Amino acid sequence: MGAPHESAARGYEPVIGLEVHCQLLTRSKIFCSCSTAFGAPPNSQVCPVCLGHPGVLPVLNRRAVELAVVLGLALGSKIREVSVFARKNYFYPDLPKGYQISQYDLPLCDGGSLQIGTGDARRTIGITRLHLEEDAGKMKHAEDGSGRSLVDLNRCGVPLIEIVTEPDLRTPEEAHDFLERLKQLVQYIGVCDGNMEGGSLRCDANVSVRPRGSEALGTKTEIKNLNSFRNVQRALEHEIRRQIAVLESAGRVEGATLLWDATRDRLQVMRTKEEAHDYRYFPEPDLLPLVLAEEWIAAIRGMVPELPEARRARFVREYALPEYDAGVLTATRELAGFYEAAARRSGDAKLASNWVMTELLGAVKGDTERLRNLPLTPERLGDLLALITSGAISGKIAKAVFEEMAVSGGEPGAIIEACGLSQIVDPDAIRALIAEVLAANAPQVVDYLAGHERVLPHFIGQVMKASRGRANPELTNRLLREALEARRE
Amino acid sequence: MNLCGMSAHALRDGIAARRFSAEDVVRAFLDRIAAHDGRVHAFLEVHDTEAIAEARRLDEEIARGSEPGPLAGIPIAVKDNICVRGRGTSCASRILSGYAPPYDATVIEKLRAAGAVVLGKTNMDEFAMGSSTENSGFGATRNPWSLEHVPGGSSGGSAAAVALGLAPVALGSDTGGSVRQPGAFCGVAAMKPTYGTVSRRGLIAFASSLDQIGPLGRDVQDCLNLYNVLCGPDPRDATSAPGGHEVPEGALLQGVRGLRVGVPWDWLGEGLHADVEAALGRSVEALRQAGALVGEVSLLDPSYAIAAYYIIATAEASANLARYDGVRYGASARGAEDPAGLYTGTRSEGFGAEVRRRIVLGTYVLSAGYYDAYYLRAQKARRLIRDDFERAFAMADVLLLPTAPTPAFRIGEKTGDPLAMYLSDIFTVPLNLYAGCGINVPAGLSADELPIGMQLLAPRFGEAALFRAAQCLESRLGTLGLAPEPAET
Repeated sequence: MGAPHESAARGYEPVIGLEVHCQLLTRSKIFCSCSTAFGAPPNSQVCPVCLGHPGVLPVLNRRAVELAVVLGLALGSKIREVSVFARKNYFYPDLPKGYQISQYDLPLCDGGSLQIGTGDARRTIGITRLHLEEDAGKMKHAEDGSGRSLVDLNRCGVPLIEIVTEPDLRTPEEAHDFLERLKQLVQYIGVCDGNMEGGSLRCDANVSVRPRGSEALGTKTEIKNLNSFRNVQRALEHEIRRQIAVLESAGRVEGATLLWDATRDRLQVMRTKEEAHDYRYFPEPDLLPLVLAEEWIAAIRGMVPELPEARRARFVREYALPEYDAGVLTATRELAGFYEAAARRSGDAKLASNWVMTELLGAVKGDTERLRNLPLTPERLGDLLALITSGAISGKIAKAVFEEMAVSGGEPGAIIEACGLSQIVDPDAIRALIAEVLAANAPQVVDYLAGHERVLPHFIGQVMKASRGRANPELTNRLLREALEARRE
Repeated sequence: MNLCGMSAHALRDGIAARRFSAEDVVRAFLDRIAAHDGRVHAFLEVHDTEAIAEARRLDEEIARGSEPGPLAGIPIAVKDNICVRGRGTSCASRILSGYAPPYDATVIEKLRAAGAVVLGKTNMDEFAMGSSTENSGFGATRNPWSLEHVPGGSSGGSAAAVALGLAPVALGSDTGGSVRQPGAFCGVAAMKPTYGTVSRRGLIAFASSLDQIGPLGRDVQDCLNLYNVLCGPDPRDATSAPGGHEVPEGALLQGVRGLRVGVPWDWLGEGLHADVEAALGRSVEALRQAGALVGEVSLLDPSYAIAAYYIIATAEASANLARYDGVRYGASARGAEDPAGLYTGTRSEGFGAEVRRRIVLGTYVLSAGYYDAYYLRAQKARRLIRDDFERAFAMADVLLLPTAPTPAFRIGEKTGDPLAMYLSDIFTVPLNLYAGCGINVPAGLSADELPIGMQLLAPRFGEAALFRAAQCLESRLGTLGLAPEPAET
């Protein structure tokens, strides 16, 4: 495949930085009380404030600030005690006020980092800043052939946090990995639903290339309209290849903003450096500087859940799980929470890990979002696992009970009772089954008595089959040997 | 009984004592508007039907014995940049002709709750940009004392309406003197509250960090009563100040004994009209005789304030007026090929020359490469001016100076010279940069029978001292009464 290996071969190093917009999970917009729900009919979630009517004023949504600070803390950013909103001025039909309220020279958070890669390939990617801003509306071209454009302003004023990375990424794969990690994080801490298709996670990429070993940065271009992680990677591969080709032919890369056309798999120039906007930022006079009291930041710190990295390490340490298990189990907050509750209840962390990774993930087809709607609670799964450890049921029976529990959410004991799945521990009942099996397998009995002990599992299997899996395995094993030895005499 | 010659508090007392009804009062003013407004053009729209209906409703309430509000039955004229739900609110601009806001400004909500009756909307300089009401998109307003003279601006319609008895009280807005200066030119009491005490929600923004709604009335007490209704915190205006700044009516009876009055003599040299200088002398004498301690204070040269003001105000205006793009409401250019064409067409046709000039100025001072030299510097100057006022107010409780260097100038006298027009605000602009409060008190007539106004300034939230001093000045200098009924010109 593509550019990075070629570029390495040619002695060029790409330098990539990302700007990611995350829609914050608030119920109402950042400066008015309109709903932020996705998918409502066009222009149904608007009011004079987000429509930019004359005389309206913005009032900051406190929850948006909290969520942004939660993300800042999770990324290890410095939270500014005083940050300032600014107007970013430009004309566009989806921007009712003719300016976007954003933050400029004094953003909410400075610095921070996010880990990408695994094991020895683990790298720390620097975060430059995080700032709060409002979203714009959405333009749509009419499909009636009239050539008219329509604008939907439902999204106007939806709260966004913009995350700007340092130019620390070196390959399109790293950019992709960074976005995956960021998505996992924002979902984990509950600040964003991470849905790229719904537009709640959006990304622009800046990229330049330079001769390997060079310290100086090359001229960068900015790529917009990247609506999936895969498109980010594809577009970067294309652009890196193009920039290297320009340099190889002794040309110069021109600063520009490019648009990624995913359907044609190509980049087109949106505007050159000469045509760049002058946004004329200045402090927003309708909002006072945002002052975060130390106590408030401390209170928000308490809202930040244990992060995936820390949880993974703790699972290894606390539950003696293999690295692999801990990684799978901490992939989402829902799964990790489910696992932890089930493990504690069952008293066997490794057994719980096996069951969660295979049976539970199988039941939700790998989509941990579905855990929320699953009738089965982690406590009941724990109870089921406890029945295995205590020897009350076999693993095989447990799987049948699990399937029933996943549908009905029932209590394991009751399901076992109702379906007659409890283990047979009555020696006489098992002896009766054994007698039947031995009678039906006379040749193998002869083999066994002739010293061929390897047929023993065959008898156990037959007994299990006859008991529909309910015979206690240890007891069956012992009684079977007794019965066979008795025939020797 | 000449109801139109009475103060609002006299009308309120008369209605409460049932000497006349609210409907009598409203009809008297509507009749007078019908008879006389044609010559001065104070009103852009008169809400006769609604005003009579509202007066009847109030009369019924009073008849039922319910407690009438502090302004029950008092008609009020409202400057056309304050939103009144469902009625034309254009800022005297063609770009907003036909626009009817979907909500009442907070001050209108408060007035209605207090029982006031909105008579109609008054003329102004387009978007409050001007000092003469000649910049209206719908024709100039004339000074009731002399139809060849301007009424001042930008709240010229409100000042003319009160002076001529077309309304007992009115609302204006003061960004750089737009309430006080027309108050002076028309001979009425006119007050600019401390920035933040009166909600700006529903005031169509010119310069957000400077705009403040203020009352105009025939005497100081009417201004005080109106101020007490208008002030108070508004959770929908993030720049609104915490409450507790009402001034009890009793403050007017406290006198000025021992009050320290500072006169910035440095400002009052060249260019001061002889009659204005004489009126200042009379005012100093009046305060001294009442027991005030009158002394000199020094303040930074006000030309710095004019320079800073025209940078900050135009910068904010360039963004505030960006929303008038022809996309959602108001005027919209026909036949545009693309969004840029729609903006250019709508804004070139819709805005008058002064508004366009200020948008261009504001855009320029925020541009890349000029921001530091202009906007940033102006903000630094503003801080120095603020500190300068704080220092002056450490030595004086209130400041006294003329509201304008001259009485009203002639219509057309300054329209060709924007700089001369800007300098007519030289005594009022500094206070807006500081964000304190001020009031114009009529101080007699010039030799040409034109009103002269004196200005009192007080620190932020210093309204109590402001009203005390104003009341003293008024009682010693006397009010002017109604302007003579205008003769045909």
